[in-house]
Amino acid sequence: MVTLRGTRDGYGDALVELGKSNDRIAVLDADLSRSTRSFDFGSLFPERFVEMGIAEQDMVSTAAGLCLGGFIPFANSFAIFIVGRAFDQTRQQIALAKLNVKLAGSSAGLTQGPDGATHQSVIDVSLMRSLPNMTVIVPSDAEEARLATIAAAEYVGPVYLRLSRYDTPVWREPGRPFAVGEAEVRRPGRDITIASTGVLYGKVLEAVDILASEGIEAEVLNVHTVKPIDAAAIIASASRTGAILTFEEHSIIGGLGSAVAEVLAEGRCNVPFRRMGVLDTFGESGTAEQLLELHGLTPARIVETACELIAAK
Amino acid sequence: MISEVTPAPGETARPRVKDLIRMAAEVRLQIVRSMGPGKFHHFGGSLSETDLMVALYHYKLRLRPEDPTWPDRDRFILSKGHSVPAQDVCMARLGFFPLDDLGGLKTLGSPLQGHPDMRKTRGLEANTGSLGMGLSVSNGLALAARARGLDYRVFVMMGDGELMEGQVWEAAMTAGHYRLDHVTAIIDRNGLLTSGRTEDRKGLEPLADKWRAFRWNVLEIDGHDMAAICDALDTATGTPGKPTVIIASTVKARGVPFLENQASSHNAMITPEQYEEAVRILQANLTALENS
Repeated sequence: MVTLRGTRDGYGDALVELGKSNDRIAVLDADLSRSTRSFDFGSLFPERFVEMGIAEQDMVSTAAGLCLGGFIPFANSFAIFIVGRAFDQTRQQIALAKLNVKLAGSSAGLTQGPDGATHQSVIDVSLMRSLPNMTVIVPSDAEEARLATIAAAEYVGPVYLRLSRYDTPVWREPGRPFAVGEAEVRRPGRDITIASTGVLYGKVLEAVDILASEGIEAEVLNVHTVKPIDAAAIIASASRTGAILTFEEHSIIGGLGSAVAEVLAEGRCNVPFRRMGVLDTFGESGTAEQLLELHGLTPARIVETACELIAAK
Repeated sequence: MISEVTPAPGETARPRVKDLIRMAAEVRLQIVRSMGPGKFHHFGGSLSETDLMVALYHYKLRLRPEDPTWPDRDRFILSKGHSVPAQDVCMARLGFFPLDDLGGLKTLGSPLQGHPDMRKTRGLEANTGSLGMGLSVSNGLALAARARGLDYRVFVMMGDGELMEGQVWEAAMTAGHYRLDHVTAIIDRNGLLTSGRTEDRKGLEPLADKWRAFRWNVLEIDGHDMAAICDALDTATGTPGKPTVIIASTVKARGVPFLENQASSHNAMITPEQYEEAVRILQANLTALENS
């Protein structure tokens, strides 16, 4: 029986690990610690856990103060709130000031599910990517999230971790090291590159298997760090395969798709290219799978798109 | 009410009230000189807060200008970041950076930005400018001190108009809940927004009651009475169990009569003739104090 977990779970595990190994780690939450998985840290290290109540703007600025007072703060909320509601605080006091604060946005994307459009963040990567000095990491499974969280603590500077409540198996091979900013060729292929970020990685693997059964070898590029984007790895892979599509549960405006488009255009890598994601629209209530189906974020649509791109070579 | 400021045991002698009043007159002159004619500057708030700023930098704050990252230093956050020129002058006088830097205020390449930038100006503790955030930062600093067993105090100055930002009240609730008695907030209550009087545009009163309701100790003073300011700062840091807010009634653009108490002096440009007039008045005031 494969254990299914969300990236938020790996994050929560890492916070506990970090809490034990580093007494400068502090955590702030805004009444969502059960959901963001910071609850265990709060139970084990109450003197370094600050419950901010339902006040995300206050939380982010208070995190800046904790950092200035010598801590490495992790502030959590749902992605839509910590990014959207506290954006100006993040801009002025964390990104501009280059403070060593980590922001974790949980329940990101359409896979948030039934709570609907108000709670489904499909714009957070776009916003955070626009901030100078900000590193943006979108782990694809619980183990990658754990490693990314530990890496974020070691990295000196502002980091945004995009997390999810969408439970999946762990795809990441045991022992594979995690390096901020390095895209990973998880599966080599020669016909097309599928660059994905985040928890829909399993959809990509399913699509790759279907493509393989049709004799098409797709290369899988896991772009866990959307900023700074690994331009060299993207250009190298796209040049090798001759076609590339991006896949994410985020708006095609400003997310991985945009980042890759920028890299391809400026890198004169003129290959057939398509962005798959949320097509400049909001979500709605539904189950995660229903919403992914509705927005075309399925293995079947990846296969279809991949075939179109290969035909266009 | 104190008449003379006496040093606490173990502290070096601090300036007398009379000296602080003279320093404030010097600082007002230096603020106007650093701004000069022909450019838009935040005259109103810089001059309304001057006495408060002088009391903080020259009387209250435990600082080491030669070591701006000294861990035990008191922290001061200017949440009303637009009036940083008064802070710049006080910091330059203490030696955080050369007095000559004041001439480059808000110009390209200067360490002195239009709003506080801790990465550019030596000795600034945080970035502010977009309003309403400084109290939250101060709370974070106080929470960090508590968790680490450090004894520094945190002071934050806010504008009264700034209190219309919702985050201020989130932070007020946080400080009250966590009984952050190492936090002292000072409100430069000059009564004016850019667009008019606070009470006409969106009323703040009863302001003291609001803070009391958020579990704060409230002191109300004349923000141009130097002895009262020093007294209030000492009372604030001597009050355990809850944070203290000092609501300081001030006059916008205090010291330059043709700018005083006008909303338009928030961000204003003065002519060369007005500049000469302002300098003459401020210099005369300073000379009178020096001769008294």
